[in-house]
Amino acid sequence: MSQTITIDPVTRLEGHGKITIQLSAQGEVEAAHFHVTQVRGFERFSEGRPFYEMPSLMARICGICPVSHLIASAKACEAIMSVRIPHTAAQLRRMLNLAQMVQSHALSFFYLASPDLLLGMEADPNVRNILGVAAAKPELGRAGVGLRRFGQTIIELLGDKRVHPGWVVPGGVTEPLSPAKRDKILAMIPEAYANVALALGAYKQIAGAFKEEIEVFASFPTNYLSLINEDESIEFTDGTLRLVDSTGSIIEDGITAARFSEAMGEAVEPYSYTKFAYYKPLGYPAGSYRVGPLARLNIVKAMGTPRAEAELAEFKQLAPGLVESSFHYHHARLVEMLYGIEKIEEILADPRILGKHVRATAGVNRLEGAGQAEAPRGTLHHHYKVDDNGKITWANLVIATGQNNNAMNLGVLQAARHYVKNGKFTEGILNRVEAVVRTFDPCLSCSSHAAGQMPLEISLVSADGEVVDRVVRD
Amino acid sequence: MSQVESDVKTLVIDEQEVSAQAGQTILEVALENEIKIPTLCHLEGLSDVGACRLCLVEIKGNSKLLPACVTVVQEGMEVSTNSERLQKHRRTILELLFAERNHICSVCVSNGHCELQTLGQEQGLTHVRLPYRNPELGVDASHERFTVDHNRCILCTRCVRVCAEIEGAHVWDVMGRGINSVVITDLHEEWGKSTCTRCGKCVQVCPTGALFDKSKIGSDHPKYPDFLPYLNLMREAQ
Repeated sequence: MSQTITIDPVTRLEGHGKITIQLSAQGEVEAAHFHVTQVRGFERFSEGRPFYEMPSLMARICGICPVSHLIASAKACEAIMSVRIPHTAAQLRRMLNLAQMVQSHALSFFYLASPDLLLGMEADPNVRNILGVAAAKPELGRAGVGLRRFGQTIIELLGDKRVHPGWVVPGGVTEPLSPAKRDKILAMIPEAYANVALALGAYKQIAGAFKEEIEVFASFPTNYLSLINEDESIEFTDGTLRLVDSTGSIIEDGITAARFSEAMGEAVEPYSYTKFAYYKPLGYPAGSYRVGPLARLNIVKAMGTPRAEAELAEFKQLAPGLVESSFHYHHARLVEMLYGIEKIEEILADPRILGKHVRATAGVNRLEGAGQAEAPRGTLHHHYKVDDNGKITWANLVIATGQNNNAMNLGVLQAARHYVKNGKFTEGILNRVEAVVRTFDPCLSCSSHAAGQMPLEISLVSADGEVVDRVVRD
Repeated sequence: MSQVESDVKTLVIDEQEVSAQAGQTILEVALENEIKIPTLCHLEGLSDVGACRLCLVEIKGNSKLLPACVTVVQEGMEVSTNSERLQKHRRTILELLFAERNHICSVCVSNGHCELQTLGQEQGLTHVRLPYRNPELGVDASHERFTVDHNRCILCTRCVRVCAEIEGAHVWDVMGRGINSVVITDLHEEWGKSTCTRCGKCVQVCPTGALFDKSKIGSDHPKYPDFLPYLNLMREAQ
């Protein structure tokens, strides 16, 4: 008698998803899937809208990383306008993107992941949450809240709103930075350093206790993709994409936003609304790759800021060759947070950041444009086509979660195979399977932005666990 | 003995005795006496058409509700501007406006500067009880400087009036009837190919985000219709 274990909803994720684990009659794990069960429709309903509305429209995809959508979208619009934005505007956007990365990583690490890490995978589910963390480790709870406040306050100071700021527009930003606001941001930096140091210290102390998880949490060779600068340092806002294989050798370098759709394709699986991105020359699924903090730190050779540089060197010692376990996404996130704070401080030290020229203007000069940026959870790509009047005729978005989708599914399978034996499992075991997905910090709301009829699978499971019927629409 | 009617009328608005010049509208007199009556299609400097019905008032002895913007004062009138009945009607009118087309404040250029949005807040509109019609209406982005998004148009006809009365071009007009009405440029030409003088007055007087400047994005688009009374004054002085 086969059995399906369903974890629905998967908790402490951004968006709605579920996991199913299919067991054979012998109780062995046959398959496991991570399903994204929501559908949004952004690509369809943006058709017919003027292109310059796209950043504010697309930002509404997500309340956690709206800045990444704003930036990728604005860059796609600037490709349509064929303008280069003023230096000050580029730096202001870079700072906004880093502030968002810090707050989003803080959310992922402290609010979503730390209950598992600090309280244990087997802890009582009633206390396995941020409030439980705050009760057990108040200083770390406060650090998490503090780092989120740091990022959100910078976003609010720059863009007037913490969520969905309207400040990023095609051509640059709407307002320059005032000295008073700059000083407010600078005043928050010492506390942010202290908070991230606390988190790094605490994480390194406990990471040793998770040896088993590290081995089976999506720990396998894959390709990796991220933005990178010409000097091979980490980049979130500009630069070009580099794809490396599981040994770190470059498969393709210098992938610009305009070239992205030639290099990358998107596959569809019947069990999820989220697509599966892959590198076209290698095909699907061989061309699948991982993005996000782990990919970025595996690809870059340098951080470009002193404190993060030291942490990167330590991170790269975690494994011979590339760091393969997705469990290390958590560690990578903390290193990136430290980098974000340092880089913001560095950007603010340049007096040109107060420049008044922050916006370029132009009409429709090309009928197609694409933009890319690193969202906290990985590479984000926006691609639009417009008519002569600048109205969107076609839009495609490739989201980090779609690019991590194959690895997430294989990771869920790997963990399920390891922990579920003879059809036996406990709540703590199922939590570990969920925790695999949490390491990727996927954003399901972002990833299910597409429209149209999507494949859907419904399993009918009887009370004793038997799959009675199964309907597949594809 | 002179039979000439007095030029001064006395009336009561919201239990306040006020005096007015003959020929003045209830709205004008109310504004002079700092009594606020909500309006949407009315704009100082343009003729009034009584289209939006938000300024409806009750007049004692008259079972009909009358629009304050086009109802002339009479001696001894007793006007009520803010009764429960009127508030209910105003909210219903706003609900009808919101349900009729696609007003998505969060992604509108006029978010935070929109007269429709402000009125909804002022009138305590918490829900739209009517089903949304979600019509598929077009966007005309053919003009080099401006865009019209019919999804956000409430057919107040301010653009039509400012173009005809102030600019003197009469490019804008209304096509169709009833719920199928839309504002058009010339004889339903694309705006970019019309006889538009590119003055931008229609954009400044539009109460919502239906007409907007292409260079303004996000919630970056406050409008400044205050130039109208000044323009009129200067013209009269010539």
